[in-house]
Amino acid sequence: MSPALQGLLTIAIGVSGCVGYFYLSNQFLDKVLFPPRGPNAGRNINRANMIRPWLFLFPALAALGLYLAYPVVETLRLSLTERVPGGGYRWVGLDNYTQMAAEPKFWEAMRNNMFWLIVVPAMSTAFGLLVAQLTDRIRWGNFAKSLIFMPMAISFVGASVIWKLVYDSRPAEQDQIGILNALYIFFGGAEPQTWLTVPFWNSFFLMIVLIWIQTGFAMVILSAALRGIPEETIEAAILDGANPFQIFFRIKVPQIKTTILVVWTTITITVLKVFDIVFAMTNGQWETQVLANYMYDKLFRGDDWGVGSASAMVIMLLVTPILIWNVRNARKEME
Amino acid sequence: MSELKLTDVAKTYGSIDVLKHIDLDIDTGELIVFVGPSGCGKSTLLRMIAGLEKISGGTLEIEGQVMNDVPPAQRGIAMVFQSYALYPHMTVRENMAFALKIAKMPTAEVDAAVERAARILQLEPFLDRLPKALSGGQRQRVAIGRAIVRDPKVYLFDEPLSNLDAALRVATRIEIARLKEAMPDSTMIYVTHDQVEAMTLASRIVVLANKGVAQVGTPLELYETPDNEFVAQFIGSPAMNLLPGVISGTGEQTSIKLDSGGTAVSSIATDPDQMGLKVNIGVRPEDFFADEASGFFEGDVDFIEALGEVTLLYFASASDADGVVAKFPGIEKNLRGHKVKLNADPAKVHLFHNGVSIRKRS
Ligand SMILES: Nc1ncnc2c1ncn2[C@@H]1O[C@H](COP(=O)(O)OP(=O)(O)OP(=O)(O)O)[C@@H](O)[C@H]1O
Ligand SMILES: [Mg+2]
Repeated sequence: MSPALQGLLTIAIGVSGCVGYFYLSNQFLDKVLFPPRGPNAGRNINRANMIRPWLFLFPALAALGLYLAYPVVETLRLSLTERVPGGGYRWVGLDNYTQMAAEPKFWEAMRNNMFWLIVVPAMSTAFGLLVAQLTDRIRWGNFAKSLIFMPMAISFVGASVIWKLVYDSRPAEQDQIGILNALYIFFGGAEPQTWLTVPFWNSFFLMIVLIWIQTGFAMVILSAALRGIPEETIEAAILDGANPFQIFFRIKVPQIKTTILVVWTTITITVLKVFDIVFAMTNGQWETQVLANYMYDKLFRGDDWGVGSASAMVIMLLVTPILIWNVRNARKEME
Repeated sequence: MSELKLTDVAKTYGSIDVLKHIDLDIDTGELIVFVGPSGCGKSTLLRMIAGLEKISGGTLEIEGQVMNDVPPAQRGIAMVFQSYALYPHMTVRENMAFALKIAKMPTAEVDAAVERAARILQLEPFLDRLPKALSGGQRQRVAIGRAIVRDPKVYLFDEPLSNLDAALRVATRIEIARLKEAMPDSTMIYVTHDQVEAMTLASRIVVLANKGVAQVGTPLELYETPDNEFVAQFIGSPAMNLLPGVISGTGEQTSIKLDSGGTAVSSIATDPDQMGLKVNIGVRPEDFFADEASGFFEGDVDFIEALGEVTLLYFASASDADGVVAKFPGIEKNLRGHKVKLNADPAKVHLFHNGVSIRKRS
């Protein structure tokens, strides 16, 4: 069977399965289990209504449990055990963690992640805000916005390939196909640089890729928030003598503060999990390692499930507080 | 002295004329009220004075200086918005201080100005609250306070009370009147839909209609001697009754033979050459009284609204397009279905020809 047909069939089965589940289980509840008839009709209706939400939530809860909760527990277990040659596991306590903490590559990944954490959310949010503000009043603003939003539609790996071409480097005697080197040579650079191998700065070259992607996200959300600011408060500020900068920073930005925070933290979470870009562009070489790629290295290349799981736990511990805070903020904003 | 002067001011949006030929001369210390039907351009005119809307034609002068291209903040005006437009992230104190801080006024002076405004408006207990923790009336007072601290030459109000409930509206209206008394040198322009606000607050009312000024005058001038049918019907509630007729006698007093039968007398003088002119007489509902002997309008009372202090009588409209309404003092429950003959004091009978007052023409 052709893959397209197969896909369609899967979709059809999946969707009708879902609909079928909700419809039939609901029917079962109302018709068979607690029918609203007979001597206990009232009680039955109440009971059915108590059970119904759980009935409908069950598939989602089961899937989340299977694919989210269980792996967390299993990863925790793996991070505290060691595989014994010949099969089986042995409890080793925090050995994996201490081993990991002794590795310079782990600390390099931690340090790089911190850089990513500071630079990417800040730059993406700042650029997003700037673009949202600047495109709001001009006629081709919506066109500009679509262009800036487009990278959102590209996968991280795809974006990495694009940017790898930007940073590409050819031997000096050949024409440069990487635009960065082309510009560098054009403006008087001596010889082409292999940008991605220059330690410290190469991390920033990788960050640019993520900033490029996330600016569109920040822009869309912040632009909606800016539109929601009551026009009168801005007019009042104009009458109060505020100049455009003061209006932006003292009237507009404070009014969308919670949205800015939500955007910031959402990007922060993406950054903590950043993997594809590093994997596709440098694979953590030349001091560009990050936690997620480190974890991948350990788990699937080094086959060291203990340390790999330990690093996964570290990532989770870093993400969780931000995630909770983010959800709280988003809720507050909805009120 | 003329504080604010509009000369042939116009506003167009693309090819749409919203306002044209607006001439107004406002003196220092006046409280001018703009009234007019919805969409007639009251807010637009106010926003042009404020500088929030570009002036398409004519000139705006404040204290003799042409202001057309002066930025809003330098016009010496302050505006109070219908929706209050408080900065939601700032406390009451910060809201009021914002303009002064922007103007780089020394902190001590800012504090003094804010404290003074807060005292006048009884906002002292709320200075450190955010706007969302205030009631509608309190918010409106903060908005007024924000205007006061800037000590502007001209205050602009765009329907400042329309978001308040009836009782609060009355209270705030009285407060604004007091405020105006306490600041006799400040000029205020006030847009409203509410006739009572217009009549009680205004030193002069500007009626806007048909893209222009229909009439300017003190509230009682507009009530007693409206220049045209529009103003006559716009001021006063229920609206003035208009009855068509023909002039049948001229001189010191004018007689009008009404199309509906009777003959009314107006104390407006007419020339002999106006004999036979087609006119509308205008009589306010409250100026009618029952007069079996010599009334000039007779009709069946179709419907009654008893308001306690007055009773409104709605007459079945036989020939007149809009039914006639009369307002009798006290409670008159038993008139429904009866024939009533109405008369009015000749001094209270207005005359309009082609929509314009005859008084105005001669
Ligand atoms: N951007 C615009 N383009 C075209 N017409 C406009 C524009 N803005 C306002 N108008 C028109 O200008 C007219 C005056 O509007 P304005 O808001 O001044 O009325 P208003 O007298 O304040 O009415 P209301 O009493 O309902 O507040 C309206 O008929 C409106 O349709
Ligand atoms: Mg308006």
